[in-house]
This record gives sequence, structure tokens and C-alpha cells, in this order.
Amino acid sequence: MRSGWLKRKKAEIQTPTETPSDLWSTCAKCHEVVFERDFQRNLKVCPRCGHHHRLTAEERLEITVDENSFTEINGNLAATDPLEFPDYAAKLEASYRATGKYDGMITGSAQIEGIPVAVGVADFSFMGGSMGSVSGEKIVRLMEFAEQQSLPVILFTASGGARMHEGLFSLMQMAKTSAAVARLDRSRIPYLVVLTDPTTAGVLASYASLGDVILAEAGAVVGFAGRRVGNQELGARLPANFQTSEFQLEHGMIDRIVQRKELRPTLAYLLRFFGAEVEEMEDADQSI
Amino acid sequence: MQINPFDFERPIAELDQILVELSRPEKRREAEEQGIDLEAEIQRVEQEKQRLMRHLFAHLSPWEKTQMARYPQRPYSLDYIRQVFDDFMEMSGDRLFGNDEAVVGGPALLEKKPVMVIGQQKGRDLKERQRRNFGSAYPEGFRKALRLMKMAEKFNRPIITLVDTPAAEAGLGAEERGISEAIARNLREMPMLAVPIVTAVIGEGGSGGALGIAVGDRVLMFEHATYSVIPPEGCAAILWRDRNRAAEAAGALKLTAQHAHCFGLVDEVLIEPLGGAHRDPMAASATLKKALTHHLDQLREIPVPELLEQRYQKFRQMGRWTERTETVEPE
Ligand SMILES: [Zn+2]
Repeated sequence: MRSGWLKRKKAEIQTPTETPSDLWSTCAKCHEVVFERDFQRNLKVCPRCGHHHRLTAEERLEITVDENSFTEINGNLAATDPLEFPDYAAKLEASYRATGKYDGMITGSAQIEGIPVAVGVADFSFMGGSMGSVSGEKIVRLMEFAEQQSLPVILFTASGGARMHEGLFSLMQMAKTSAAVARLDRSRIPYLVVLTDPTTAGVLASYASLGDVILAEAGAVVGFAGRRVGNQELGARLPANFQTSEFQLEHGMIDRIVQRKELRPTLAYLLRFFGAEVEEMEDADQSI
Repeated sequence: MQINPFDFERPIAELDQILVELSRPEKRREAEEQGIDLEAEIQRVEQEKQRLMRHLFAHLSPWEKTQMARYPQRPYSLDYIRQVFDDFMEMSGDRLFGNDEAVVGGPALLEKKPVMVIGQQKGRDLKERQRRNFGSAYPEGFRKALRLMKMAEKFNRPIITLVDTPAAEAGLGAEERGISEAIARNLREMPMLAVPIVTAVIGEGGSGGALGIAVGDRVLMFEHATYSVIPPEGCAAILWRDRNRAAEAAGALKLTAQHAHCFGLVDEVLIEPLGGAHRDPMAASATLKKALTHHLDQLREIPVPELLEQRYQKFRQMGRWTERTETVEPE
């Protein structure tokens, strides 16, 4: 996996513009030209302005979980076209070919600093990470798997919201995934969310807002709707950071903004924090 | 009540016009002189009108249904609450920030039994519409709804929710106070409430704003109500960059009660009076009352652990997917 994603680059995943030599990258935000090697070493964060470029699911796993520890589950679940929605079937086929995946939500088991976890990563390059029946089903299966195995759950979100091509089926995935979170809560399974760019609409208004801890990457778009606001508030001036990680932090909706290179140790720390209590409880049980 | 006809109702309006003509005194005199049986003629036109209405309203397009669902004279939550329940006592506030008038709720009696009823409420006139934010709830509305649902659970009273909203509020204030969190929290809490929940979509079921109070053991939908992941205008804007193609988008989204029922996403379609609930709100209320009572009676019989398991499985099973055997290779 390591060499695979380093070589593969696609425009739609906001990879900085390639230069003919392939030795340089240009930041999508500040246009700083950076040595490709430095850019990769910096986890696709611009060394000048700190802009966090989007990652594919593979890239995310690569920098987050222990090497070769990820085992995908339910990777063969694929969408149907229950509404026979215009162009949906063709869009799906094109997305399969472009990404080599059947869905934007990749789930499985892995380890982070040796701690076993159930992990899901949304890939924005697959139809904008939109949540249809498959994403919803994979998230719920991951949570049910985690509950059975007593594994903490980590979800990296990136989504434009519910997938309109599956109509009401997509909307219901909000209820379905949130109900699964309720069951995790009941079983005291730790559930950590990392909001990445962008996380909006139906995904933010369901499982993405329900983590025991909610982290976010710097500068990510995080908001309920687009920047087009309701009529009665058109006059109100929007703050410059409206619907970003920073805005959500300011308003108490997330716990922390974490720099990409700090994510792995941050998650590991939290996993140990949540896990330690379980061990003590087990110790107490044994002593009785 | 004066009913303003939709475009698709024009043939009915024309027959209505003929009926008005036929009942004028000079027409009667004229008919007598010519020996025409006017009563028979009126009856014939009446019958034709009934036949036409039955046909028309049985074959409304998804866009026509959208117009029906949004019709400003359609009965709203408070109209149903007045007709269906006794002794409704409205409760206010989320105990956190304010009182959102886009959501109303409180204790009431349904067939003499205490229930908690919560509904999304649009406004009739411009002033009320503004006060109620056109039925688009702020976080406070969802939090008030959850507060009342928890109150119902605490005192073991069933919950009835009435859905009628274009969407949740999405402006600056809503975002500042966590509209996403408010909806998400309701979606997480409703599956665990240890009392029966019956939801009825009475008008517009506008995406997350609707779902935020709609995780029920039974979800009912009026015949001409809609339930959609996105408004047709928004869908058309994304698909074709043209909001004017909303009618097409409504068709693509399959947002009608009949589709939702066919997909297994709602449990029952409540038949409206001929021509829509607004033509006979009393009859529509009677239908709703009968259905709510029927479903609550059933749900009350189910032991709580089983009720919660059924509720979880109901939503758990929503979705359509397939399992591929071959792997895909990226290009
Ligand atoms: Zn930069």
C-alpha cells in the first residue's frame, strides 16, 4: 500500500498541481511550490500555510494505523439504484473505475500504536463521500462488529451529506447510523470522530456529531448547509471562518483541532485513556 | 373556506363554474321555458366532477404532490392537535437558549389516554410564518422536542410526532448553536426512548429537519405528503444547475408517500379526503385519529425491550445494497 498511493495522484482528490518533473507540488491554497518529497513527508500539509490537503482512504490509513495492520471488511458491498435515478448507475460505474472501490466508506479492523480498533475512513473522491445505503450499512456493520469484539471505533468523516441519488433511503442512513451509535454508547464502546475536509449536512447531522470525542483537522469545512443561508439572515454578516473546524471549536461543537501529524499520537492517547478504565474494571472484577 | 385551485385543478374549477352558472335563477327560468330537466343536468355535471377529481387526485405527479404538501391552506400540526386530541397544553423552551415556535408540543389526551404530542408548525399569515420561521426549526426546536420526549419517557407516556417542515434552519444562528448536533442527538436518543413513538408526516417531510423528530416505531404518511432527502429545487440545482427543473427532480427523487410505502420506509399511507386534506380538515383529522389510536394500541402491547429491538431493526434494515464477488481495479 505504501508505494501505491505515493505514486498515484488524481486531480479530483485535491492533489496539488503536478509539475512536469513530478519533483514539485504546488499548494492548492497558497500556491507555494514545495518539493514533492517534503510535501509527502509533511503528510500533504503545506509547510508554508498549513493547508491540509485531502487524503484518499488509503493515504489516511497509511498515516494513521500501524503498518500492515488494516484488514478491510465489507469491501464488496455496492450500491443498487433503487430509485432508477438519472445517471446514477453511470456515475457509480465511473467512480468504481476511478477509485478502485465500491464505496467511499472504507471500514475494517486495525491497530494504532498496538491498540486494536475498528476504523472507518470516508473517501471524498468517491462521489463526494456522500452517504447512501452502502456507507450507512458499512458504518453500522463496523459498529456492530466493534460491539461484538469490544473494540473502540474511530471514524474519519468527509462527506457532502446524504446521497440524493438514493432519495429517502439515504436520509434513513442518518437514523440508522445514529441508532448504532446509541448501541455503542449503551455498551460503553469508545467512539472517536475525526472531522476532515469537508464534513457537512446529513453526515454532520448524524454519526459525525455523536463521538465521545470529536476531533477535526485544521481548516476543514464543517457545517450543516452550504454558505447560502436562510432568507431571514441574509443581512447578517457571516464570520470569515463560518462553517470551518475553527468556527465549530469556537462554538463548542468539537473537542480539539489537531494537526495532521499529531493525529496518530492523539488518537492513541485517547484510546489508552478510554481503554485504561476498562482494564481497571476488569481487574476489580477479578479481585472479587 | 375559499380554495385557490392549483393549475392541475383547472378542469375541476371549470366544472365548478358551470355548476354556479346552472344554479342561477335566470338559468332555471330558461330551462323551465325550454322544458329542460335542470336538476338532472346539475347532477350529471356533479358526477362528472366527482369522476374527474377521483381520477386527478389518484394520479398526481410527484411535483403536484409537492405543491399539495406545501399548500398554505393545508391543515398544520396545531389544526390536527386541536381536532385529534383533547386538553393539549403547550410547553415551551429547550431550557438552554430559547423557545422555538417552529416546534410545538406538550401533554394531551388521545381517546382519554395521556400522550405527549410534538409537531412542526408553519404559520398561516405572514406574521405567524415569520414567528415560526416557516416551520424550519432551529437547534432549540429539536432540543425542546427531545426534552418533551424525555419527559414523556420519564412518566411512561407514548409520543406522537407530526412532521411538517421544509428543512431545518441552516443560517448563522442555527450553525452557532449546533443545528447538526441537535438533530444528531435526537437521532441517537429516539431509538432508545422506552415508550411507543408514532410519527405522522402530515405535509412536508424536509430531510434532516423532518427526520430529527421522526424515528418512530410507526411512521405514517398522508396520501399527498412528501418525504425527501433534499428539496426538489435543491436537487435540480445540483443536477442540472437549474432550480426551475424542480418538477423533474421531484419525479427523480420519488418523494411521494406511495413511493416511501412501496420502499418499505413508511408503514402506512393515510388516505386524504378527495382533493386533499385542506378540502375537509375534519375528515383528515378523523383519519389521523383513527390511525394513531390503532397503532398506539398495538404498540402498548409490546414489552419495552422488544419494542426497542423492533425500532432498532426497523431502521437498521433500511437501505438497498448488493454484494459484489469481483474486485474493481482502478484505472
Ligand atoms: Zn500553502
